[in-house]
Amino acid sequence: MPTRAPAIEVAGLEKSYKDLKVLKGVDLTVDRGSVFALLGSNGAGKTTIVRILATLLKPDAGTATVNEFDVVSQAAHVRESISLTGQFAAVDEILSGRENLVMIAKLRRVPDPGDVADDLLKRFDLADAGGRRVGTYSGGMRRRLDIAMSLIGDPPVIFLDEPTTGLDPEARLEVWEEIRKLAGGGTTVLLTTQYLDEAEKLADRIAILHQGTIIVTGTLAELRQLLPPAQAELVERQPTLEEIFLAIVGKEKR
Amino acid sequence: MTAHVLNDTGVMLDRSLKHVTRSLDTIITVTIMPIAFLLLFRYVFGGAIQTGTDNYTNYLMPGVLLIAIASGISYTGFRLFNDMQGGIFERFNSMPIARSSVLWGHVLTSLVSNAISVLVIIGVGLIIGFRTSAGVLAWLAVTGILVIFTLALTWLAIVAGLSASTPDGASAFSYPLIFLPFISSAFVPTETMPGPVRAFAENQPVTSIVNSIRALWAEQPVGHEIWIALAWCVGILIIAYLFAMAAYRRKIA
Ligand SMILES: Nc1ncnc2c1ncn2[C@@H]1O[C@H](COP(=O)(O)OP(=O)(O)OP(=O)(O)O)[C@@H](O)[C@H]1O
Ligand SMILES: [Mg+2]
Repeated sequence: MPTRAPAIEVAGLEKSYKDLKVLKGVDLTVDRGSVFALLGSNGAGKTTIVRILATLLKPDAGTATVNEFDVVSQAAHVRESISLTGQFAAVDEILSGRENLVMIAKLRRVPDPGDVADDLLKRFDLADAGGRRVGTYSGGMRRRLDIAMSLIGDPPVIFLDEPTTGLDPEARLEVWEEIRKLAGGGTTVLLTTQYLDEAEKLADRIAILHQGTIIVTGTLAELRQLLPPAQAELVERQPTLEEIFLAIVGKEKR
Repeated sequence: MTAHVLNDTGVMLDRSLKHVTRSLDTIITVTIMPIAFLLLFRYVFGGAIQTGTDNYTNYLMPGVLLIAIASGISYTGFRLFNDMQGGIFERFNSMPIARSSVLWGHVLTSLVSNAISVLVIIGVGLIIGFRTSAGVLAWLAVTGILVIFTLALTWLAIVAGLSASTPDGASAFSYPLIFLPFISSAFVPTETMPGPVRAFAENQPVTSIVNSIRALWAEQPVGHEIWIALAWCVGILIIAYLFAMAAYRRKIA
């Protein structure tokens, strides 16, 4: 197989909201078919990066390409290549779960929207609730529907902004399973998360965003080696990602 | 590309119409006030108002329909605002769809829901004595004026929905529009009004629209007034459309 360009390439990305400089030169590369986890404290700018990659926000400086398309100058091509599950569920409350899925399937022009919807309802354990208004769903059901809506049309790159926040343990495992399946099928997944065990279990590579830049990036094994030896002794055997994260980010916190 | 626009707008229209049919209370709210005005003027004030016509219900009808449309479009602003709050707007904007379809879905829905309330009010009008023997052409002309009027106000509503920061703001802009018919020829002849009020009444869009529809229904010559009415509607439509597009571009930039 010929080596292909990375699915996502970001270089020198900067973004400010008025006086607040959120991104101060972010660089990252995500290989095709991999799961990439973006970690960072609240307000670090994870959602900002995802929104720029999803063409919803324009960067102030730097470049970003998704599926080899520039997010600013080739935004329409980028949108053909991606699917976004934002931090807050983007579902239509007045439609039923099934109608939400059919709507997205029609917009993505997939054949047999009804079958696609029924299949996803089953996969996300929503078959019984499929005919009910989404307004009556619990937070976790809404989230599952939201993720299901993003899978329609099999885009090569999927962004998941805190996909499992608010899910019960069982639903979390189901979502993890779906993410693994996606990656297994060649889809590139960029996810942000507050749960470090999630990154640890799912991600091929992990990046930590802190004070506007990516301060470390690598596989879990590589990140483990970053831990200062003194701390490594304190932590028995394999340090968890949580310990690594706190060691790296916590120290620098103002 | 055109096929995409049609497909996507169709999906958006279907979605937005479901919002309307599933909150029938909005249609009731929209029609109840104009119907109340209709009854109030027909049975309470009407007897004291000298319009020089023998059928005051006929005289009332056009203005009441405009009030219904002016209040109906406020829900378009409200629905669009809710879309943007709920995140579904961002989902649509991150998808490979014709971006204009997001707005056109709301605009077409506004046309459909306003058509429903207009028909309901005409129905009530017929019960309380509205009569016309206008032919197909006159009805077509009336429909055309009402459609352009609805489109013009709907695009205004889109501007409000896109730029508002609260749900109230997204719909409150329509209140002055609802009152405009009262300072026009909709309920009383403008000749009875004192100078400055009369000048305002005779030169604001509602008067020419009301007079044109009234003349069409009465099978009288519409004169140049219909062109003034159309010029107002088309002018507002174009300006509101341009502002809406600018606001939309700012929103999705
Ligand atoms: N539209 C906006 N206007 C002004 N400031 C904003 C806007 N959006 C985000 N911010 C600010 O930018 C910073 C980064 O926000 P962002 O949502 O990207 O963080 P995050 O890493 O996703 O945080 P969280 O983990 O809480 O979701 C925050 O300080 C936030 O207040
Ligand atoms: Mg976030």
